[in-house]
Amino acid sequence: MSSAATRAEVCAVACAEAWRGDGEIVASSIGTVPTIGARLAALTFSPDLVLTDGDALMTAEPLPVGAPADAPRVVEGWLPFGKMFDLLWWGRRHVMMGATQVDRFGNQNIACIGPWAKPKAMLLGVRGAPGNTVNHPTSYWVPNHSPRVFVERVDFVSGVGYDRVPAGAAVHEIRVVVSNLGVFDFDTPDHSMRVRSLHPGVTMDEVRAATAFELAVDGHAPETRPPTDDELRLIRDVIDPQSMRDAEVKV
Amino acid sequence: MADKRTTEKDVVADLRDGMTIGIGGWGSRRKPMSIIREILRSPLRDLTIVSYGGPDVGMLCAAGKVTKVVYGFVSLDSIPLEPHFRAARQNGTIEAMEVDEGMLQWGLRAAAMRISFLPCRAGLGSSVMDVNPSLKTVRSPYDESEELVAMPALSLDVALIHANRADVRGNGQYLGPDWFFDDLFCMAAGRSFMSCERIVDTADLLKEGSEQTLKINRMMTDGVIEAPGGARFTSCAPDYPRNEELQREYATTPWEEFAPRWLET
Repeated sequence: MSSAATRAEVCAVACAEAWRGDGEIVASSIGTVPTIGARLAALTFSPDLVLTDGDALMTAEPLPVGAPADAPRVVEGWLPFGKMFDLLWWGRRHVMMGATQVDRFGNQNIACIGPWAKPKAMLLGVRGAPGNTVNHPTSYWVPNHSPRVFVERVDFVSGVGYDRVPAGAAVHEIRVVVSNLGVFDFDTPDHSMRVRSLHPGVTMDEVRAATAFELAVDGHAPETRPPTDDELRLIRDVIDPQSMRDAEVKV
Repeated sequence: MADKRTTEKDVVADLRDGMTIGIGGWGSRRKPMSIIREILRSPLRDLTIVSYGGPDVGMLCAAGKVTKVVYGFVSLDSIPLEPHFRAARQNGTIEAMEVDEGMLQWGLRAAAMRISFLPCRAGLGSSVMDVNPSLKTVRSPYDESEELVAMPALSLDVALIHANRADVRGNGQYLGPDWFFDDLFCMAAGRSFMSCERIVDTADLLKEGSEQTLKINRMMTDGVIEAPGGARFTSCAPDYPRNEELQREYATTPWEEFAPRWLET
């Protein structure tokens, strides 16, 4: 019997669940825990997912996270950035990105804090978030759930939320936001953020205190499903033997 | 057959204040750093830089060479945020055109196709449309309900790229996993200059890679510079990885201290 799952392991499984039922598409992930999640999903309930090495290669078998660039891998395809844009505009992708800010309607910001013209803090820039969110499903990962991240309004809309869906979007779906405290979706009449589940040991009060807007809740929020023994073995022995997940989720 | 060999100095002597310069590579990967270094040594100023940005953008901002940057991101990869680019944005010392990465590619492609725009979905609904008042939308002539972003052509005066191998005629070869958008940068530009790790005989180009690695043909380039290590400290797979230690030093040292050492190497 495995020892009890850590919070990081619960988060990894919650991230994996985001790709359940996605079929034969590219699972892209930014960050350690989402990458563990994508690889776990591919090794268990979503075997048709297409994975990458985080660079330009599609890998037929999941690599351990943090594997050195020259680690052996079974390559099944080639996905340089130019082809990645072709692919995401084609729609065969579901990405889990980070979010410096995310708001009630799932708008995401990774560009800057404060006014764009002269930011208080310049961040990465919008990257591919505008294109992702109008072309294929997008999810977000927040390892540090706080009112500075879960804000009433984002300072800059990088990824498009449900209150700004343009008529020209091919697809618009913000599937889930996974944080270190719980899983959140937009399955409400007005597509405002809802508590889907709380991680074991997390209270609703704790989540409310860490969120700057009012979250929708259907009665009593369930507990996030714990990892199975097989999932724990895969996470600990196969996908993340260096425990890089513990550096990202500090609970 | 023209011999296009030249030097960083001669290329930079040809550049002018106010030019729009596109820089190949991606983040902190395969950037033409030896040419950037020569720009830093020159009196050039008021440049507009178009780039999948890394330390190229950061250094040019730190040195006060830049009026405007056109970008989707600026990052050092292993260090997510580029400190000098951040400072320039936060101090308001540069203008910015911030677009989705795919829009940037589309703008270069439009310029390469010599048309004024290409339609795309990327950008719709995001703040990119609010902060770039010059961006317009276009309605499909085939389906009036389809409104798309009209990404304007990003025409360049000059493109600067770094390849693994090249010949003296200006054919370029990429041996790593990704050639990024270097071909589009060249085709979007009036003139293009390519540095490379090593110049080889044309007949030897296929000794190290298949014909699919010959991404840059001589019609795309006006000058070739042999610059072993020319991308350092950025990566140049498979010739060398990023010099993480030097990059860390760059990112954590005030530019005034780092620059003299950097410029004399």
